[in-house]
Amino acid sequence: MIVTTRVDQTFIHHRRRVTLAAGHEGDRMIEVRGITKRYKDTTAVSDLSFDVHEGVVTGFLGPNGSGKSTTMRMIMGLDAPDEGTATIDGVAYHGLGLPLREVGALLEARAIHPGRSAFQHLWFMAQTNDIPRSRVSEVLEMVGLREVAQRRVGKFSLGMGQRLGIAAALLGDPPTLLFDEPINGLDPEGILWVRNLLKGLALEGRTVFVSSHLMSEMALTADQLVVIGRGRLISAGSVSDFIAESSGQFVRVRSPQGDGLAALLVQRGAHVVRESDGSFSVSGLDAPAIGTIAGEAGLHLHELSPQMASLEEAFMELTRDSVEYRGHDVAGASGVDARTTPLTETRK
Amino acid sequence: MSTDLTYTSHLTATSSHGRVRTRSAVKGEWTKLRSVRSTAWTLLTLAVLTLGVAAIAGVAVSGSWTTMSTVERLSFDPTALSLRGMLFGQLVVGVLGILVMSAEYTTGTIRSTLMAVSSRTKVMFAKIAVMTVLGLVVSEVLSFGAFWLGQALLRSPAPHASLSQPGVLRAVAGGGLVLMVLGLVALGLATILRNTAGAITAYVGILLVLPIIVQALPSSISQPVTKYLPFHISDAMTSVTHVLGNSPSLSPWVGFAVLCGYAAAALGVGTWLFIRRDA
Repeated sequence: MIVTTRVDQTFIHHRRRVTLAAGHEGDRMIEVRGITKRYKDTTAVSDLSFDVHEGVVTGFLGPNGSGKSTTMRMIMGLDAPDEGTATIDGVAYHGLGLPLREVGALLEARAIHPGRSAFQHLWFMAQTNDIPRSRVSEVLEMVGLREVAQRRVGKFSLGMGQRLGIAAALLGDPPTLLFDEPINGLDPEGILWVRNLLKGLALEGRTVFVSSHLMSEMALTADQLVVIGRGRLISAGSVSDFIAESSGQFVRVRSPQGDGLAALLVQRGAHVVRESDGSFSVSGLDAPAIGTIAGEAGLHLHELSPQMASLEEAFMELTRDSVEYRGHDVAGASGVDARTTPLTETRK
Repeated sequence: MSTDLTYTSHLTATSSHGRVRTRSAVKGEWTKLRSVRSTAWTLLTLAVLTLGVAAIAGVAVSGSWTTMSTVERLSFDPTALSLRGMLFGQLVVGVLGILVMSAEYTTGTIRSTLMAVSSRTKVMFAKIAVMTVLGLVVSEVLSFGAFWLGQALLRSPAPHASLSQPGVLRAVAGGGLVLMVLGLVALGLATILRNTAGAITAYVGILLVLPIIVQALPSSISQPVTKYLPFHISDAMTSVTHVLGNSPSLSPWVGFAVLCGYAAAALGVGTWLFIRRDA
């Protein structure tokens, strides 16, 4: 493990104060405070707190099964948290007057009666919130389902179902929107459309919260990130902060006297990992410091290069401990997991 | 798809200050109910069974009247004969009541429903309201329809019933009411069980299997219990000259009150769970 940064609560609260101070009055936001959700023998979400602000796309990132959907269901008032609160603009979901006009959500795209037409599915929702019939046609047009509006949803492809779910989220023209894995099942053109939609909604000043298990997708769409693993908060902040603060900034070191150098570096507080190719990944000391230590000890250096992990790698490093199920490493295979043979653990 | 679409619409200005009105919630439930084919099929089945059985029974008795024994002739109840199909109707109306709730869970629509109407009491109320009104209209139309059709096909010398005779109007109108209330019992069971197959099993069990089980018990136990079974309550309501084995029955309206109590209990427990459980 190169970095074991656990963003603690003080960091989050600090961030929040900063953002609040910078934001203007009446910032619409989703506030999640210490929510915990337990099922019979597992804790799906544990003491989770974060904010989602208006005007930006906030990515909700975590491996499958990390509690993203459960958290979203709690924000939407479908599941009750065992502890903590989730509010939208200061109000819990149950306190919203006409909910669809305040918050729209795509939770599970396929959670629609297969025998009902797309139009009727949206129409029943619209009626409850006094939304005019014309708006139903409008959102169907927006998501490109106008021609199949009268067709039964059971005949829809996965992508069409996803578009219908997005139409439902947009129905009440809400200032706050949640999307759970919106690009699942979409073709490349659809994925591009969703990215532009999310950005467009944020540009209009809306609060946009979108979950994904794909770091690469979030890197393209999100401005802010909330990263969770096993139901716990791992990181919250801007995408660039996320890379800077939590990605493995380390130095690759090659030396003919590698073991000796590694021992020295560990003494000086570094965290050293032997890679399968014989090099060492050093974190906790920067390249000049490592060079100086090697020089003072009279050890040769064949490589001394600062490395920056990609966003994907950073995500995998951060969530490594929190991935619920993971394939076993194939012996000798290269990759993130095969790399680590920690000599010592000096940082906790 | 152009990317310069704005997503803003022009909803009425009152928007965020309003509340979900009960009337709007009921309208949404009605749209849900009428926009799936299962509703139409269920209602068609209901009509075919209640009217069909009334017709067949009328024709069959007309043909066999002359060969019937004196005892059979004396206990002959032309009203009950025409309403015999209501028992099958009770099974079908149960399916309708069950689907109103269970389809929400089997398809996941419940999440859309609860996101649109966050007050679960209001959702439950809307469902009960729609099921009550639809159930009442359909049940009464079919009950009177079955009566008139059955009587029209019943030929002399077999005696006929008319609504002006004592107890006949009660039997016909009451038969419809029983049908409606059983639909609500089914809705309550489905809310508790949240599963189509489970709810249908429970409903059929209470309606048809329970009487068989009670029958098999020693009469000291079965005797006082039998009259409280929905099957017997329904039978007491739809009969004018009531003879059913040797077990005593509740009077039609007392039985109906007991049946309403069952519906209230099922819906009460269902609503209580509906409010507390995660969707």
